[in-house]
Amino acid sequence: MTARSRAVLLHAALGAGALLALGPMLWMLAASFMPAGEANAYPPRILPSRPTLEHYRTLFTRLDLGRNLLNSSIIALAVTILSLLINSMAGYALAKLRFRHREQVFRTLSAGLLLPVQISMLPLFLLFKELGLINSYWGVIIPSMASIFGIFLIRQYTLAMPDDLLDAARIDGASELRIYWSVTLPVIRPILATIAIWTFLNTWNDFMWPLIVLSDEAKYTLPVALANLSGEHVQDTELMMAGAVITVLPVMAVFLVLQRYYIQGVMAGSVKG
Amino acid sequence: MRPGAPSSAEQRTAGWLFLAPALLLIGCFFFLPVGASLLLSFTDFDIYAIADPANVRLVGFRNYAELLASPLFRTALKNTFYFVALGGPLTVAVSLGAALLVNARLTRFKSLFRTLYFAPFVTTLVAVAIVWRYLYHPEYGLLNYALGFVGLGPVDWLGDPRWAMPAIVLLAVWKNFGYHMLIFIAGLQAIPEELYEAAYLDGAGPWRQFRHVTLPMLGPTMAFVGLVTMIGFFQLFAEPYVMTQGGPLRSTTSLVLLMYEEGFRWWRMGYAAAVAFVLFLLILAVMLAHRMVRGGETA
Repeated sequence: MTARSRAVLLHAALGAGALLALGPMLWMLAASFMPAGEANAYPPRILPSRPTLEHYRTLFTRLDLGRNLLNSSIIALAVTILSLLINSMAGYALAKLRFRHREQVFRTLSAGLLLPVQISMLPLFLLFKELGLINSYWGVIIPSMASIFGIFLIRQYTLAMPDDLLDAARIDGASELRIYWSVTLPVIRPILATIAIWTFLNTWNDFMWPLIVLSDEAKYTLPVALANLSGEHVQDTELMMAGAVITVLPVMAVFLVLQRYYIQGVMAGSVKG
Repeated sequence: MRPGAPSSAEQRTAGWLFLAPALLLIGCFFFLPVGASLLLSFTDFDIYAIADPANVRLVGFRNYAELLASPLFRTALKNTFYFVALGGPLTVAVSLGAALLVNARLTRFKSLFRTLYFAPFVTTLVAVAIVWRYLYHPEYGLLNYALGFVGLGPVDWLGDPRWAMPAIVLLAVWKNFGYHMLIFIAGLQAIPEELYEAAYLDGAGPWRQFRHVTLPMLGPTMAFVGLVTMIGFFQLFAEPYVMTQGGPLRSTTSLVLLMYEEGFRWWRMGYAAAVAFVLFLLILAVMLAHRMVRGGETA
């Protein structure tokens, strides 16, 4: 086989792969614009006969999905900002500050790194019930405010930062808080960007815990609202596809705009990890 | 600070203060509940206990005895293993295949393909599970329509107990392969070019280069991807919750779905905690097996 025909074959395979990867999402988008009933036809339609926005209108008016979009946005942004602050402080301390029992703390945290979060959910629910956090934003936000994985990545990245920078600031009389905020944070910005995107996407997409802790439809995040809706509207394919688009679009947009930071971060983290 | 220099009082205080919020949160809302989960599994905590905690009694291993005797638990255990055993290797294979294609010397627009293949990973699982439910529709679904062209089917993907779990596996592979592909690409790029040159000079063709250079060099990456995939797949929940509600005939009821139903639908929290603890033991076993394999490699 010549190099040329090998290249053609290779790109045909790559193209077919891309079609398989994107196909379901493209169909979701197309079906969301189809008039009611058109997605349930034989042979299946690929494109809407006459595109309509009626399902989006129904979702945002009668079904009030805008409320859930707002809930998801508030929760995902709050978790991202708070966890970035809390994880970066902890990661920095574990990497650069000297104090007793630091290694023990690090080892204990590491032990929890791969534990599945589901194991904590039953007692956590009972605890939150006592604390009055059931069916509240805080009930979703609090368990995600600190992440062992995030602390880990930040510690790893911060270890590579030269100590001279910190010592120079200390000689200039800067406080430890000031050193963290004005010296360390600017240096570790790349890993913070990666973790911010990672946290935002994970919180937005999270399903099980919000499903457990939120009981009122007006408090539901988008995935919980969508799962709830899909039970009642199982026949309304086009409506459900519009709901799926509304749920996926924000994370897709964040990913596409910031993918450079995200993909590089995942690849760098994995090599070290 | 120079290595070996003593820590100043200021640094000691700052260290603990910086750590405090994270340790408090992780301690109170993760480690403590994980421990409490074990305790809970030795009680008869149920809906009466939710009304009044005075109704809780210690029952020893009764929940575990009940689990072992329960056909539903055995089904959930079997389903979960089936999902992991089918989905794990398939994910590793597809991710590696995609990584080899994207990373091939002749490939153009590498970063474009990388992004496209990664896109399913960032989507919302609940949303794409609903999309796939319609793609799997026995009459109108695109999948059966496409299979019709090659003379296969129609398959009642989510309605047939034999096909429901493979259908969920397919969705899970589609959703996850992009992430592991990135890890494999990073692994491939770390293989020194000289190894391929040496193999080439020894007369090795592409296949033998793959067998004797790429695969051995990717060993640790493969073990890592396998571990992460398996641990993730043991936690199967949203797909059956949204697509099949654990059916048909319980063929897609996973351990976590069982835990959710027992704990949060029937409020049998003691029993559900025992299910959670079995999950914990399974994942612990996987982690230990991984450590032994890796230890064997470095030795």
